[in-house]
Amino acid sequence: MDKATRTITGAEAVIKSLLEEGVDTVFGYPGGAIMPVYDAIYDYQNQINHILSRHEQGLIHAAQGYARVTGKAGVCFATSGPGATNLITGLTDAMMDSTPLVCITGQVASPLLGTDAFQEADVIGLTMPVTKWNYQVTNASEIPEAIAKAFHIASSGRPGPVVLDIAKDAQFQEIDFQYEKCTKVRSYVPSHNVEPESVEEAAKLINSAKKPYVLFGQGVILSGAEQELKEFVEKTGIPAAWTLLGLSALPTDHPLNVGMLGMHGNYGPNVKTNECDLLIAVGMRFDDRVTGDLSNYAKQAKVIHIEIDPAEINKIVPADVALLGDAKKVLTKLTAKVEANSHEEWLAEFRACDKVEFEKVIEKDLYPTKEKLTMGEAIRMAAEATNNDAVLVTDVGQQQMMASRYFKFSQSRSCVTSGGLGTMGFGIPAAMGAKIGQPDRHVVCIVGDGGFQMTMQELGCIAQYNIGVKIIILNNNFLGMVRQWQQLFFDRRYSFTELQNPNFVKLSEAFGIPAKRVAERDNLQGAIEEMIAHEGPYLLEVMVEKEDNVFPMVPTGASVSNILLEP
Amino acid sequence: MAQEFIISAYTENHIGLLNRITIIFTRRKVNIESLTVSESAIKGVSKFTIVVKLSEEKVKKIVQQIEKLVEVLKAFYHTNDEMIYQEVALYKVPTEELTKSNQIEKLVRQHSARILEITKDYTVIEKTGHKEETQVLFEDLNQFGVLQFIRSGRIAITRSPIEKLSVFLKQRDAELESLD
Repeated sequence: MDKATRTITGAEAVIKSLLEEGVDTVFGYPGGAIMPVYDAIYDYQNQINHILSRHEQGLIHAAQGYARVTGKAGVCFATSGPGATNLITGLTDAMMDSTPLVCITGQVASPLLGTDAFQEADVIGLTMPVTKWNYQVTNASEIPEAIAKAFHIASSGRPGPVVLDIAKDAQFQEIDFQYEKCTKVRSYVPSHNVEPESVEEAAKLINSAKKPYVLFGQGVILSGAEQELKEFVEKTGIPAAWTLLGLSALPTDHPLNVGMLGMHGNYGPNVKTNECDLLIAVGMRFDDRVTGDLSNYAKQAKVIHIEIDPAEINKIVPADVALLGDAKKVLTKLTAKVEANSHEEWLAEFRACDKVEFEKVIEKDLYPTKEKLTMGEAIRMAAEATNNDAVLVTDVGQQQMMASRYFKFSQSRSCVTSGGLGTMGFGIPAAMGAKIGQPDRHVVCIVGDGGFQMTMQELGCIAQYNIGVKIIILNNNFLGMVRQWQQLFFDRRYSFTELQNPNFVKLSEAFGIPAKRVAERDNLQGAIEEMIAHEGPYLLEVMVEKEDNVFPMVPTGASVSNILLEP
Repeated sequence: MAQEFIISAYTENHIGLLNRITIIFTRRKVNIESLTVSESAIKGVSKFTIVVKLSEEKVKKIVQQIEKLVEVLKAFYHTNDEMIYQEVALYKVPTEELTKSNQIEKLVRQHSARILEITKDYTVIEKTGHKEETQVLFEDLNQFGVLQFIRSGRIAITRSPIEKLSVFLKQRDAELESLD
């Protein structure tokens, strides 16, 4: 029988559609309402690598990690009811951080919809606010088209998560399978052609600016504009700072890379925001953690906003010139129009700030002389042990900020972190997905003792598939970031932030993952090198100073000018 | 400063889209004063007309978010002055009151309302107009005891000579084709 018209079940159509989209990896967890799909994938194991997580939150964060390092949509399977509701945190996270995901959930059979059937949940209603698009399939004939549309919507424009909720009877139904990729949806404009007049206007502002300043975000990575960004800043000589999600788009050691923006970003990048005369925002959305007090944010500067999502234009910071479109295309056109320039004195102002920050903060973090270990030194050693070329995956909290500040990067798509939503428990599963997406690179997962315990059951998944992630638990026996705020803003009233932890080494070993604990400086570097040299997954618990803080810090509601270098 | 705005959106006629749109308001704790959804002149395309009381800055951002939805074709907002709009109201009064005197008949004439149905027990009156106008008739009729009253959401039309939806759809098609 002709391949194009062979009658197959809806469930098999799901698998074949995924293959048409070039999917080779699926993160999933079976259950009643998605069993036909699981029966179908059983015959396709040589073409699709299915990773069985230990919890649906784990699988969706893994899919996020995979998507972030590969640029491809992460694919998830989950069952109806609790399976689907367990995806909600990951969907929200992916929505906030523009991560392309296609999540396929089983649903009760269509005649049972709305009857409070076993494991029935209103998945379409529940996921509506946290998806770019969702759709319920009740007829198998809709499956190929729905999946094609799901991939197009998830991956194009500003990417995001999509949910397809497929009723169980549709999975059993037989159809003639034919697949056609979706390239356009009339109600959906993923991008925009760059307006030449706006490019001219922006170029004029850039050419006449004395203290221009580039802020770049994940839009650069999502559009693959790393080279274009580099060429733009190199031609114009403009200092460039990154948002948390823009991290790794420009190599750490690039002479025009001046560091990180935001609440725990670098000193210069924050204070210079209020001293520049032109702000060029590339693929970033002026998150409140970046801007601090908006009424004192870059008021003196003209603003050029390069952005693919029209809803971001003028949402937070009004743009004098908005360049709507894909960052790669906009930057290419803009670079052609701007004059070659350099801003040595202006750049030197950033470097002077770096010196202050090094003396007041960085030196103590990275090269401590006190007895207790710091998070910063462990992170520095992990970066060095991987020649500044590893993929960094972090959890959320103090270690996230320390790792973002001190890890070093030589290539793009190398930092996976939960930015917008700040999801604790993200790190371990996201690292699994990142390692599966980039099997030949080192993947270092920095996690705190709190966040680790939110998704530590995924050690089971890591062991089962021998996923070679290197996990560093920076253990301070505290929910460190909350404790830091309690210390600084709540009069040291440590309300429910101290943890009694299990023996992480034994725990890891129980899962079959070798592990070690280190508490002395003399042993730290050796332990990290041993971990990196180890084939396969490894867990290293680093006992760090209990009450260390992350500085600099822009306190909530303060202006970026008033960034604190010490308590 | 908060004032009344009319938000209009052309959308695909898809299940759940109403929910996706109202979520945008709910999330920002914005009340919808009135809402009308119906098929537009083009089959398969729905028209939403939503009335809100908001500052222009907020309404602008909400419209951006509505337009961002995958299944929304186009969204925009206008002040009341910029549009011609109507609402329709139905009033049920006891027929006994109608026959007792000519006062209800007078009100119907004064308000340019009309009678839709008369039964032994009740009479149904219809009036189209702005909310203030249908409200005044309600209060006038209520002296005779309005048994039931219902008012629709707003419908509105721009002052431009033709509805450019079909032109817009063609332009959209060309726009999507031109994206490289």
